[in-house]
Amino acid sequence: MRHLNRIYGDLHAVHEISLDIPSNTIYGIIGKSGAGKSTLVRLISLLERPDGGEIFYDDRRVDNLPKEDLIAQRRKIGMIFQNFNLFSSRNAAENIAYPLEISGVPKHEITERVAELLDLVGLSGRDKAPISTLSGGQKQRVAIARALANHPDILFCDEATSALDPQTTRSILTLLSDLQKKMNLSVVMITHQMEVVRDACEHVAVLENGAVVEEGKVLDVFAAPASATTKDFLANLAPLAEADEVKKDDMVRWSDEGGRFTLRFRGDLTGEPVLSRVQKRYEVEFNIRAGGVQRVSGEDVGTLICDIIGEPDEVDKAVAALELSGILVEEEGRQL
Amino acid sequence: MNMLFSLVWNATVETLAMVFASTLFSLVLGLPLGILLCVTGPEAQGGIIPKPLLNNVLGRIVNVLRSFPFIILMILLFPLSRIIVGTSIGTTATIVPLSIAAAPFVARIIETAVKEVDPGVIQAARAMGSTTMQIIAKVLIPEAMPSLVSGVTLTIINLIGYSAMAGAIGGGGLGDLAIRYGYQRFRPDVMLVSVIVILVLVEVVQVVGNKISAKMMAKR
Repeated sequence: MRHLNRIYGDLHAVHEISLDIPSNTIYGIIGKSGAGKSTLVRLISLLERPDGGEIFYDDRRVDNLPKEDLIAQRRKIGMIFQNFNLFSSRNAAENIAYPLEISGVPKHEITERVAELLDLVGLSGRDKAPISTLSGGQKQRVAIARALANHPDILFCDEATSALDPQTTRSILTLLSDLQKKMNLSVVMITHQMEVVRDACEHVAVLENGAVVEEGKVLDVFAAPASATTKDFLANLAPLAEADEVKKDDMVRWSDEGGRFTLRFRGDLTGEPVLSRVQKRYEVEFNIRAGGVQRVSGEDVGTLICDIIGEPDEVDKAVAALELSGILVEEEGRQL
Repeated sequence: MNMLFSLVWNATVETLAMVFASTLFSLVLGLPLGILLCVTGPEAQGGIIPKPLLNNVLGRIVNVLRSFPFIILMILLFPLSRIIVGTSIGTTATIVPLSIAAAPFVARIIETAVKEVDPGVIQAARAMGSTTMQIIAKVLIPEAMPSLVSGVTLTIINLIGYSAMAGAIGGGGLGDLAIRYGYQRFRPDVMLVSVIVILVLVEVVQVVGNKISAKMMAKR
């Protein structure tokens, strides 16, 4: 997409966004509420027309299609939502059958395909279940099956896991990852949960105030976040939530004794005694406040929140040595 | 006693025929109008093809017709009855003004019911590539069905009331019976029985309507 703009009255909801979403991967778009995610997804899923800019699927421009082509194009897009948006007047199987019905697929083929899809999302045998009797996770599975019924190339997930508990979220993400590989889908996930990006996405774009502030491979972004928004998201990730509290409690007490550092390291480094080496070489001591290792796209990314205590000169040298060995060092007050 | 029974029986049959036919015709007129009112409305309220001007004009016409006193509307519509059914008195003739009086009411009720459909569900249907007609036929109407049934129940009850009023100007049915025999010929027994029959009719319609609506909700 190129230079997308969407304006609601005085509100510039999406401002000059240009993104290249690679096909055949899971792409995450993360942002806080009001960042413009929902508007962006409504634009790229062709539910709304942009006030400026262009959208391409592969090489085909799709933002200015005439009505019939637009409807045909939408049938090749799958979409799932935070609130599932299933038809309460239809049971599970009939919900999945809907997109097939509207595109005129013969009845016997519909029956076959629906059974196949129910099996695919692990809901065989629940075909006659009224929607209200299903759990949140099951509803989202029905929604996924419905979205995939017409063999789409692209699947948009608009906060698809936000209404689900952490366990169900994981099972839905696993299902989406599996389906993505199985069906060669391009999946675009809109979310405000960094866990979702960490556990499922390959690429990520961080949105703030209707603009992209950071974009790249999830691994790179986790290991070396560039924007304050991204760091904020990372700090609030589940395993680091505790560290965050410690940090806040200790802030005043430690403030005289040196800067507070956040070290981020990735891959092989997580297995190496980098800190000990630095400590031996320079006149510094590490006071570790919190830390953890997370698995992102199959690689480890470590985060350590610590103080480096010593003569300012020695601390600077230690930081330089850490950076030299591939660790990203952020100092409180210096970068944030 | 026998005469009373046959009088009331005939009047009841007339009332039922009037109410049935006018419900049917008011639905034929009001259902498309109600759906049109909803789909041309603002997007935030389920309008899938917003047309502010058309919506405004239709809305005003419906409001004017709805606030028209029924008895006056009926007199005004005598010529129309004469054109359509050839006469302006009797049961058949009454069906015309009844249907036209109830149609705007039906339209508003249908509009309200359809507006209650979750906008998210409509968005999903649009995202899947539904045409406007598909959204109306396969999403809006089925999703709103329990409310639609309640709306039709209310319409029938209203029409029973209107049909009794129509009796005052020679429309036939139970209202006619109550006025001509009960009031003008001083037969309080006829008056009482007519009123009781009307009350029973309303009660039966209400109970049956509620049951159907509840049954639909239970299946969801």
